[in-house]
Amino acid sequence: MKSLFNDIRIIRTRAVARKEFIHVVRDPFSLGMAIGMPIMMLVLFGYALTLDVDNVPLAVWDQSNTVHSRDFIAQFSGSRYFSLRKRAGSYAELVRAIDTREALVAVVVARDFGELIAARRPAPVQVIVDGSDANTATIAIGYAQAVSRGWSERVRLHDSRRIGAAEVNQPLDLRPRVWFNEELESKNFIIPGLISVIMMVIAGLLTSLTIAGEWERGTMEQLVSTPVKGTELIVGKLVPYFAVGMLDVLLTVLMSEFIFHVPLRGSVVLLFVSAAIFMIGMLGIGILISTQYHSQLLASQLAILVTFLPAFLLSGFMFSVVNMPAVVQWVSYLVPARYFVTVIRGIYLKGVGLEVLWLDVALLTAFSALVMALAIVKFKKKLA
Amino acid sequence: MFERIRYMLRKEFIQVLRDPHMNLTLFLTPVMQLLIYGYAVSTDIRNVQMAVMDLDNSPASRELVSRFEGSGYFNLVEHVDSEDRCREMLDLGQAQMVLRMNSGFGATIAAGRTASLQALLDGTDSNAAGIILSYTSTIVGDFSADLLERRERRLLGTGGGIRGPAERVASVELRTRAWFNDNLESRNFFVPGTVVHLVTLSALVLTSMAIVREKEIGTMEQILVMPITPLEFILGKTLPFVIIGLADVALITSVGWFWFGVPLRGSVALLFVSALVYLLTPLGAGLVISVISRTQQQASMSVFFFYFPAFLLSGFVFPIDSMPLPVQYVTYVNPVRYALVIVRGIFLKGVGLETLWPQMLILAGMGVVSIAVASKRFRKTLT
Repeated sequence: MKSLFNDIRIIRTRAVARKEFIHVVRDPFSLGMAIGMPIMMLVLFGYALTLDVDNVPLAVWDQSNTVHSRDFIAQFSGSRYFSLRKRAGSYAELVRAIDTREALVAVVVARDFGELIAARRPAPVQVIVDGSDANTATIAIGYAQAVSRGWSERVRLHDSRRIGAAEVNQPLDLRPRVWFNEELESKNFIIPGLISVIMMVIAGLLTSLTIAGEWERGTMEQLVSTPVKGTELIVGKLVPYFAVGMLDVLLTVLMSEFIFHVPLRGSVVLLFVSAAIFMIGMLGIGILISTQYHSQLLASQLAILVTFLPAFLLSGFMFSVVNMPAVVQWVSYLVPARYFVTVIRGIYLKGVGLEVLWLDVALLTAFSALVMALAIVKFKKKLA
Repeated sequence: MFERIRYMLRKEFIQVLRDPHMNLTLFLTPVMQLLIYGYAVSTDIRNVQMAVMDLDNSPASRELVSRFEGSGYFNLVEHVDSEDRCREMLDLGQAQMVLRMNSGFGATIAAGRTASLQALLDGTDSNAAGIILSYTSTIVGDFSADLLERRERRLLGTGGGIRGPAERVASVELRTRAWFNDNLESRNFFVPGTVVHLVTLSALVLTSMAIVREKEIGTMEQILVMPITPLEFILGKTLPFVIIGLADVALITSVGWFWFGVPLRGSVALLFVSALVYLLTPLGAGLVISVISRTQQQASMSVFFFYFPAFLLSGFVFPIDSMPLPVQYVTYVNPVRYALVIVRGIFLKGVGLETLWPQMLILAGMGVVSIAVASKRFRKTLT
């Protein structure tokens, strides 16, 4: 062991690492950002943002104005999913409400609704949805159908009892059970994946900026003229960013546990080990980008495009990949963040370990090793 | 004065466009981002992976399963016959929903009693799970209603009761129509938003980085010794990015229209005017960032730190109505929010100033304030 640490290569690497650490510490601005970023993201995604839909603004036009129609509409206004904002008296008013976004859903009860229901015939009701936000619209339509069905069943039940016929039972009773995230809390779904997004920003963006910055300022040539070899230079440069990144992971895990109460059911060790592997891969990408582009502006733009965006959109962090068109799914297989998100979610929500996740972990390791090797090779070529 | 601005503009344009890599960044990356957002970003839930554990295997259970298959939303991937396999499929993510019916299901229904069935859902993606649950409830609910009708017809047909043999069941038929986006393609929702997003990003990043770069490399001092007033300097630095921003709007709108078929129902002229008014705000913000940053690294991180939340809290992906009330109040000061309403209104709803004037007014106000604050701070550093 002793002889290893006295190895000149380790000494040189340590020297570069120390220099880099001093740089980072001397720039409290960037350091503050690096730590503030995960906090900001956690607050956003854990508290403010959700794809869950509640209180959909609703407008109604009751052309029938009978006991039945008022009862029907009351079912909507009383539901927690809808918030009755406007009672319209004309089509034009409905249109205006939707155009100005006063309402996202409009329910039109036709004039003969009361008679049809009294005669026990099917009564059509029109539901108009602002389709601009397809996600909310789809969910709102689902709610409307559920409310409507609930009302119809109530009427039927009331009827059967009134006639005195033997109580006609509902044929089917659906018992849904949700696994892994019983209350369907979207934060339990989003926060674990958030760790990967945070790491991408720190590792990809910060690294590419640093190295491209040195090229741009001309200090890279100075470094090259020292006896430091290529590998030592890279490793030394990356050490502080690796440290900052892992610190961010720790911070995120702690906040998820104590502030957001996201259950962590699996192995913490596996979590940190896979995070470290993933981090190395991301740092490698940062270096690769900056060896090609010596302009910080370009390097950062490319880093965002290649690391952050795919991680945000195609890793399954926010948007369900399995439901995307096949072509897009193929592309997502190339996104390393996808495997990391699978691993993290598996550890957090499903509580599984390597026996289920071994393939994803293996792929991550292979990716990181490959990228790092490539980065070092290209960097050395640039220096020569 | 105009001549000096013209010279600055020329220098800036030459500098920006000379680097072929820069051209790529300016024009290719927005298109690439647009393609990614257009194809990848989708909250549409289709092709749900489903497994069935049918321990009953009666006509009723088989009919229910075939309804799921025929719905167009579900893909039946496997018929499971053990608990362990059920669990395994959910653990591995091979199925998002497992439908379970115990033996005796069909017999219970035929006997006129209530039969229960279980749907196990993978809750890790809570949004998808919620939607999948809603699909499942609908299919089961429709089947139940049909069974009920058959049952009632059988009962009433055998005499007794006030009603005649014809079906007389109260039911409400919902006829749904989605406006502006008939097939509920989430793409039509995201692409107009992408226009705003990319334009904002360009304005912020290019402006702040361009100015800080000069500071960092040291060419800022050289510019300062020129006979140029602070106003001319600011104009010279920001105008190119206004022009590039508008070019980006044109580019992305065209790609959105020709490639993705996103409808553009409103006035194109209004789109560009709104873009111009809107751009004032991020340009001012870019200037402020360039003042407070010493290095491009700081500028880049600042842009990210301030823009990312603005982007997320603008209603681009996450509905503002669903946010906690205090957060909703915060979004009122977010210019991106108003820009999105305008752009989506023009693209999808085809409305014009008569509906959008409040947003335009607010954006104009924000833009003016932004530029004013920025130039004041900027002048202080230059003199």
